[in-house]
Amino acid sequence: MSKTLIRGARVLGGEPQDVLIDGAVVAAVGTGLDAEGVDTVVEADGKVLLPGLVDLHTHLREPGREDSETVLTGTRAAAKGGYTQVFAMANTFPVADTAGVVEQVYRLGQEHGYCDVQPIGAVTVGLEGEKLAELGAMHESAAGVTVFSDDGKCVHDAVIMRRALEYVKAFGGVVAQHAQEPRLTEGAQMNEGVVSAELGLGGWPAVAEESIIARDVLLAEHVGSRVHICHLSTAGSVEIVRWAKSRGIDVTAEVTPHHLLLTDEMVRSYNPVYKVNPPLRTERDVMALREALADGTIDIVATDHAPHPHEDKDCEWAAAAMGMVGLETALSVVQETMVETGLLDWAGVADRMSAAPARIGRAKGHGRPVAVGEPANLTLVDTAYRGGVDPAGFASRSRNTPYEGRELPGRVTHTWLRGKATYSDGKLA
Amino acid sequence: MDTNSSAPAAQGSDARAVLEAQDIARVLTRIAHEIVERAKGAEDVVLLGIPTRGVYLARRIADKLEEITGRKIPVGSLDITMYRDDLRLQPPRALARTDIPGDGVDGRLVVLVDDVLFSGRSVRAALDALNDIGRPRAVQLAVLVDRGHRELPIRADYVGKNLPTSLRETVKVQLAEEDGRDTVLLGTRPAPQGERR
Amino acid sequence: MKRHLISAADLTRDDAVHILDTAEEMARVGDRTVKKLPALRGRTVCNLFFEDSTRTRISFEAAEKRLSADVINFAAKGSSVSKGESLKDTAQTLAAMGVDAVVIRHSASGAPYRLATSGWIDAPVINAGDGTHQHPTQALLDAFTMRRRLIGPDAGLGQDLTGKHVTIVGDVLHSRVARSNVDLLHTLGAHVTLVAPPTLLPVGVETWPCEVSYDLDSALPKADAVMMLRVQRERMNAAFFPTEREYSRRYGLDGDRMAKMPDHAIVMHPGPMVRGMEITAEVADSERCTVTEQVANGVFTRMAVLYLLLGGKTDGGTANGGTTHERTPGE
Repeated sequence: MSKTLIRGARVLGGEPQDVLIDGAVVAAVGTGLDAEGVDTVVEADGKVLLPGLVDLHTHLREPGREDSETVLTGTRAAAKGGYTQVFAMANTFPVADTAGVVEQVYRLGQEHGYCDVQPIGAVTVGLEGEKLAELGAMHESAAGVTVFSDDGKCVHDAVIMRRALEYVKAFGGVVAQHAQEPRLTEGAQMNEGVVSAELGLGGWPAVAEESIIARDVLLAEHVGSRVHICHLSTAGSVEIVRWAKSRGIDVTAEVTPHHLLLTDEMVRSYNPVYKVNPPLRTERDVMALREALADGTIDIVATDHAPHPHEDKDCEWAAAAMGMVGLETALSVVQETMVETGLLDWAGVADRMSAAPARIGRAKGHGRPVAVGEPANLTLVDTAYRGGVDPAGFASRSRNTPYEGRELPGRVTHTWLRGKATYSDGKLA
Repeated sequence: MDTNSSAPAAQGSDARAVLEAQDIARVLTRIAHEIVERAKGAEDVVLLGIPTRGVYLARRIADKLEEITGRKIPVGSLDITMYRDDLRLQPPRALARTDIPGDGVDGRLVVLVDDVLFSGRSVRAALDALNDIGRPRAVQLAVLVDRGHRELPIRADYVGKNLPTSLRETVKVQLAEEDGRDTVLLGTRPAPQGERR
Repeated sequence: MKRHLISAADLTRDDAVHILDTAEEMARVGDRTVKKLPALRGRTVCNLFFEDSTRTRISFEAAEKRLSADVINFAAKGSSVSKGESLKDTAQTLAAMGVDAVVIRHSASGAPYRLATSGWIDAPVINAGDGTHQHPTQALLDAFTMRRRLIGPDAGLGQDLTGKHVTIVGDVLHSRVARSNVDLLHTLGAHVTLVAPPTLLPVGVETWPCEVSYDLDSALPKADAVMMLRVQRERMNAAFFPTEREYSRRYGLDGDRMAKMPDHAIVMHPGPMVRGMEITAEVADSERCTVTEQVANGVFTRMAVLYLLLGGKTDGGTANGGTTHERTPGE
């Protein structure tokens, strides 16, 4: 059992303290802790210590698209980004709609050991929206699936959605909805508005997201289930979720880092690195999302880390794949958009990026306070750092970041998973 | 057209007039008479000016010819921009008007008119341009000033004034229609930079 | 002028007038027996068509040949959007062959912009129509036609279209011609009114520099030019309008409506016309309809664009790159 002493860390941004890790747990928190018998001393020197981050929305691509990401490369990227647990989306090849596939992904995560991988199961067979997948079997498998999503596609059929919401109640599951009315988004290439009109790209109207969210919160209310909204992207969606919460409906919602920072104006470059689903929206939406994350209407930040090989982005806009990588830049974007704007303190960040996602996903041992006896899942952040994003240095197999060359604040310097450093001083374990 | 270095600033303040208005009028009259003489009454002459100033000179000569012969002499303009051998060396130039008199040039005696004859490259371009328009019986060249320094085997048939110059010197023709007054200025190029011919 | 012609919005008023003036000189060459000019001798231009358009392709080809360019036609229909790398591969192939300019037609909006800015090929790019984005040479030939007809070939030299009223009617939503025309006509000082059923206007049209109306009849009496856009019958199936009959009754141009236009006003159409849909045969065949003139003017205008982009020095100093839509990523 090794011991690590983190000296002078600002826990959740508070006054500097020492934190002693003994084995897999936090053994002591205080000032002037003794380094006697400690194997490793980390001089935090005013860096911020957070609970290990939890991403409720990651695409690891394995099985099927190992050319863009694998469980290994994806979890290394996660460790580098400060994450100790990621929820792996089901839209793999084959689709994670059976106990076999989710167990495979779960085991790969265990073997590599960079980050806990909690598979998400598909709601419907093959993500086709027609027939419920074996949700119970996935829950009972070794993977213990609690979150179900057809992400990438919307569970658009109201009856299927209703049944799924009802069915997972039996084992405390949650359906995470990718809210996109399919008919309203046929041929959609970007946010529908002033910019799409000018660029001549097919519009993805806000109402296509909002109408599904409105329907689903009402369904959740009707059947007494909880529902989670993936990557909420519009000001109107915020209003609906706010209303639903005020009515006591059990709804939670996530926002991606890119929707907190980027707008559809960037599409003017026709550079497919800005092509993502749901699309980048307007400045007004960005501001509403930040505010909603600050006031708790939106519960969590989730990356929607969506790796794509270079050739799927190095082409004309219409032919390009949708999605951006996000694990290695998420915390920096949140620091820029939420912390440095004064909307959220570091305790708030810990809640939105660790405690709340763990709670929604019923994750065990993650999202816990930095306190004695708790699992030592920790992330140390150098918040004073400023630097340009260089995709060449990514641990992810893919480079499709919209932030190339952009200066972002903060960087993770250490990540511990149950006391073991998965990432320290720029090096992965 | 040939390189009479258009920018007035390049003239320097020491530019001096080598031809005044009355000199220009006199030499144009003389050229008109020579054309009548050599072209045997100028029966089939068509005057084509090379834009910009060659066109005004061509019109003036045509007027003189009309005075002498009592007949209207066809006069037009021939834009050489796209035929220039330095087309690729500079940013795209604006085109000027090519205006061929109604009866065309086939079988006629075409007299090309330009302000300054220098390297001869403009005249070569004009001959190429003319080739795409028709087949004259013969082509002759009239210029107000011949400043020498030919780079091609070209000579003028009618010359207003022979003006031996050095390459450091500039020759600028000004005409009332374009510049508000008639004069030919001889100046010195300030520095060798931007040399083009 | 910029190095590429991607969007009508790339052109300043002076750029546009310069192109129209140059086109006027090109038009005069059309009257000669030898219709060829040597301006692009030794230059290779590739017409890269990822979408069928015989009209536009032969118009460019005629323009290129009249300027003595060597012409390569490359039809890559159907291979593009389904599998994206072909634009890049094709561009690199053309670059390796030493092509001096690319005229590109593509069904994907933004493909010409990508071609011009991605570094796949370093040659001037001329957009011959991309998706529902832009078709700048069409807008130029339309403006040229208007200037000739409404002001006059010689009287128009150096002039823009200040004070002219242009009404554009039809499927604005799917029309690159409408977008380009709104941009260019606005730059040239004309007043533009778009007329269409609300379903065929894009969300966001209210920010365009033009007026928008749902009523054709009220827009006709003040129009100097009425431009009818093609309306594809398939739009009906996507519920953009109920029936062909209803569309042509509300938004089609027939003899009665034409009579409401001022006497000097012209009827324009980018072609191909759908007779009986947006325009009746009576109007299409009338003296006031400039469709065939537009075709002829297309060649002169494209000659002007090709000459101004390629006729002079194209490398180094004059290559001032850039087009609109240019913003620093991540701002």
